[in-house]
Amino acid sequence: MLKHALPLVSLDNAGIHRDGRWLVRGVSLTVEPGEIVTLIGPNGSGKSTTAKMVLNLLKPDEGACTLRPGLVVSYVPQKVSIDWTLPLSVGRFMHLTGAVGKAQAAQAMELTGVRHLADAEVRNLSGGEFQRVLLARAIARKPDFMVLDEPVQGVDYMGEIALYDLIGRIRDELQCGVLLISHDLHVVMAATDRVICLNGHVCCSGTPTAVAEHAEYKALFGARAASTLAVYQHHHDHTHLADGRVRHADGTITDHCHPDDGHHHPETTQDDQDGGDTHAR
Amino acid sequence: MLDDFFVRALLAGVGVALVTGPLGCFIVWRRLAYFGDTLSHAALLGVALALLFEVNITLAVFVISAIVSLALMLMQRQRTLPGDTLLGLLAHSTLALGLVVLAFMTWVRVDLMGFLFGDILAVTTLDVAVIWIGGAVVLAALVAIWKPLFAGTVNQELAIAEGLPYERANFAFMLLMAAVIAISMKIVGVLLITAMLLIPAATARRFATGPEQMAVLAAVIGAASVVLGLFGSLQWDTPSGPSIVVAAMGLFALNLLPIVRFRRPLDKGASK
Repeated sequence: MLKHALPLVSLDNAGIHRDGRWLVRGVSLTVEPGEIVTLIGPNGSGKSTTAKMVLNLLKPDEGACTLRPGLVVSYVPQKVSIDWTLPLSVGRFMHLTGAVGKAQAAQAMELTGVRHLADAEVRNLSGGEFQRVLLARAIARKPDFMVLDEPVQGVDYMGEIALYDLIGRIRDELQCGVLLISHDLHVVMAATDRVICLNGHVCCSGTPTAVAEHAEYKALFGARAASTLAVYQHHHDHTHLADGRVRHADGTITDHCHPDDGHHHPETTQDDQDGGDTHAR
Repeated sequence: MLDDFFVRALLAGVGVALVTGPLGCFIVWRRLAYFGDTLSHAALLGVALALLFEVNITLAVFVISAIVSLALMLMQRQRTLPGDTLLGLLAHSTLALGLVVLAFMTWVRVDLMGFLFGDILAVTTLDVAVIWIGGAVVLAALVAIWKPLFAGTVNQELAIAEGLPYERANFAFMLLMAAVIAISMKIVGVLLITAMLLIPAATARRFATGPEQMAVLAAVIGAASVVLGLFGSLQWDTPSGPSIVVAAMGLFALNLLPIVRFRRPLDKGASK
């Protein structure tokens, strides 16, 4: 199986130069099948630019980008505005860029909680609903490689965690590589295999724990960001679903979590205001 | 009984409408109304050059329109001027250039009105054949590039990132537009081509439940406008090209009436 020797995508010392300045420079990264790589960094640090290089939307002005040929790629862009003159239903949108079976589309919409919107016009969706539709479309393609640029923006807090959880499950199921861009440091850091911290260049990278310990990371995001991460390093044996029910490690679903479930600590974290242990991961 | 020239006019008009409807949908979706205008203005330069070099007018118009679309595409990539400014610039400079070239050719007496408003009643059997064969080719090409073109119209980056040949589809679309301008100029004239692209598509938008339905509906509405307009022009002895556009306008106006508001199928699902 020679092709598995190659990563899905690799950037080698790549950079984009525009109007006399480097938007991002010297970025090297790889995404392997079954791996979630997260790009974090402040505004203007080149996260989306890096994602666009990976997708061949921008050609690197120096360095190189190699995408394994023949990949099924799914992309959730940071900003999509659908012109209101387009008669486009969610169902039609699901197979916009390629054939997707009806059952496959329905299943993906079910997963992201937008099945009931199949006949709705895309332009009438709320921001959060549209994000869920975008993610459903990305999943329905059964991709080898997903690039998700702020995939949960505008989604409510409970939904956010459920969607990150879903991205993890999809990765497990399809064994696809995921390049994730997010601002939600505290949630994303725990959900990911490797974190790359950008600030015009790669300032540090590694496992979430290693990055959180890194001096440059602390300088960028402050010590508090690093300590929030620690909270999410616990192993949880149950997951809170979007509808308020709880799924346990053995797969059973109950209305509430049990008192003896692992790491149920609503008394210590800021999540109290958000309704108990919504930190489930 | 219908005269022969009238049947030819009907055939030619319907043939053009079947093509301008679906292409017009893209004009509406991509906000390219002025692009159609620009190409049709440039068509006059094509006419002038055709007369100057004594080549086929339809061919010359196609070539000039294609060149103008390419110039536009390249200028837009440079991002030095906004799109509408570029369109206006190209539209009026090619129009002016066309008129200047025509004025130089003192030996040619051109019926400018014929080119501006078309002369559908004068179409020959050959014209009808060109329209139907050319139209079939354009429609077949549109079907072939439909998926990447539509996906890219919804979101360009999404289409390219997911491996669709959007750039190529867009280039093909520009050529199709040039072809449609060239074959329909004789029917409605350069000033009214944009109307045939826009009005049927705009009317179809109200009833369409999806992009494909909208394209088909626009073709049907366009064909109906041609039939209504031509019979109207026969009845009241009005100029044929403008009559077709007036008929299209009438259908659009009908669709605005509250009686027709019997279904808004897609909006329902999204109401929360």
